[in-house]
Amino acid sequence: MTPALETRALVKRFGGLVVTNDVSLSIRPGARHALIGPNGAGKTTIINLLTGALTPSSGRILIGGEDITEASPFARVKKGMARTFQINQLFDDLTPLESMVLAVGERLGHGTRFWRSLASDSQAAAEAADILERFRLADVMCLPTRGLPYGKQRLLEIALAIALKPKVLLLDEPAAGVPEEDRHEVLAIVRDLPSDVTVVLIEHDMDLVFSFADRISVLAAGRLFAEGSVAEISRDPEVKAIYLGDAA
Amino acid sequence: MSPLPRQALASAFLRRKARWKPLEYGFWILALGAAFALPSQQLLLSEIAILALFAMSLDLIVGYAGILSLGHAAFFGVGAYAAGLLSLHLTAEPLTGLILSGAIAGLLGLATSYLVLRGSDLTKLMTTFGVSMLISEAANQAAWLTGGADGLSGILIDPIAGLFEFDLFGQTGYLYCLTVLFAALVIARRIVHAPFGLSLKAIKRNSRRAAMLGISPNRRIVVIYTLSAVYAGFAGALLTQTTSFVSPDVLAFHRSADVLLVLVLGGVGYLYGGVIGAVIFTVLRAWLSVVTPQYWMFWIGLVLVALVLVGRDRINPARLTAWVRTKTGRAAPSAAPLAKEEA
Repeated sequence: MTPALETRALVKRFGGLVVTNDVSLSIRPGARHALIGPNGAGKTTIINLLTGALTPSSGRILIGGEDITEASPFARVKKGMARTFQINQLFDDLTPLESMVLAVGERLGHGTRFWRSLASDSQAAAEAADILERFRLADVMCLPTRGLPYGKQRLLEIALAIALKPKVLLLDEPAAGVPEEDRHEVLAIVRDLPSDVTVVLIEHDMDLVFSFADRISVLAAGRLFAEGSVAEISRDPEVKAIYLGDAA
Repeated sequence: MSPLPRQALASAFLRRKARWKPLEYGFWILALGAAFALPSQQLLLSEIAILALFAMSLDLIVGYAGILSLGHAAFFGVGAYAAGLLSLHLTAEPLTGLILSGAIAGLLGLATSYLVLRGSDLTKLMTTFGVSMLISEAANQAAWLTGGADGLSGILIDPIAGLFEFDLFGQTGYLYCLTVLFAALVIARRIVHAPFGLSLKAIKRNSRRAAMLGISPNRRIVVIYTLSAVYAGFAGALLTQTTSFVSPDVLAFHRSADVLLVLVLGGVGYLYGGVIGAVIFTVLRAWLSVVTPQYWMFWIGLVLVALVLVGRDRINPARLTAWVRTKTGRAAPSAAPLAKEEA
């Protein structure tokens, strides 16, 4: 089966510093794949390479078998790549509803509509309302985003990515900074993501990784250090030594 | 929360946001009434309407595309010269002149928009500044066409659409400017409330996220930058047509600086900021220059600094209540934010 997301010998150098070193990943459609590693292992760099924020020094990136190494970030989104950010990247003074109508509208190709009012796009509005409902944001959808509790903003962060109906969703520490009492809500949403979406989870929180992922890749110093099922990785003594040892 | 289904609620909210507010109706009624209530102030009122249109055009790129410009006079000036030259050499019919002048300024906007797609905010600022200096100096040198330092005079404008003659008191001129301003606002309003306008806002507020929603910003910025140049060209043409004169001053740097000041006075990113700023600026200047003829710029400067430091959020009454509420920690009743959304 063609992998949903694939990297081939991906390398990123900043001057003499190699931050991503020969990383080859192959992630099957519908996978729940976790990317873990200690701080500075190069997780964020890989996300940036995948989404097109950075250009690799060498190597290829493929989505559904199609080479997107040279594609612009927007073009990658159109090919089915979506991401969430570790630190919320929301439109603070828009309401969740407007943000969501924007996201849905862009996917439907309505974003360049010049002359028709936003409200007349009932298709986008209806779909936006549906997603907001599913993400438990319907009650706050007409309030400015900046005033929402952090947990709700986190949900919106994920909802915006889901609105794009991605094939591959990169979740960058979805539960980061969420207060304990709101955590279960975020985790439930992450667990209930549509099963046809391939999810790559970048995470520090081992409980979340072990409960969510079916496969785990371990990065260390820019290299792919180990890869395997949850059981294999949790047993691997070397992984424990470099990573789990200080996390547990 | 409500017996209505979510989808209906969502559509209703979006409709309400785009709806005309009572304050807007009030403003336009007052502006129209001024044409008849203040017969001795028609020239000042025309000046306000022209400055308002110019500032609104700047708001389209500063407030919606997020490009700071210190060279917006380039488009204003080109519009002004175009209107003068058209009336001298082609047709003295003002509507035709207006539309053609806007189109010419728009072409310049389209051509230079590609220069402001890249680089930091400072780069963009300097690019706009540089372009306006180029245009200004070119107009100064091309004396055979523009009259050089003497400007263009002897401009005669026919009655508007062959019906309304420009009168000495400037009432026709003011109504003409006000009509163009109103039409420009209606069109701009429609655009910023369309998906296109929302996507511009998104690009400006958070370009990283906008890119990750699949929004490719460049073409959209080109479109709004061009529209902004057309509007600035209209404003310049109105000045020429109502004063029958073009001075090289239409391209001067201070005009770019003034219009930015006007926009900041009135507030960025909601279209009426330019209009309100133009009223405040022109009235304040007219009043201060009587009270303290030599130092009026001092007071304008003081108002500007106070405004920027205190923050408009706290001066705007609608936001003031919201701000007080967050400071006092009271939760907003869910219906209130809907009512308080601005245009």
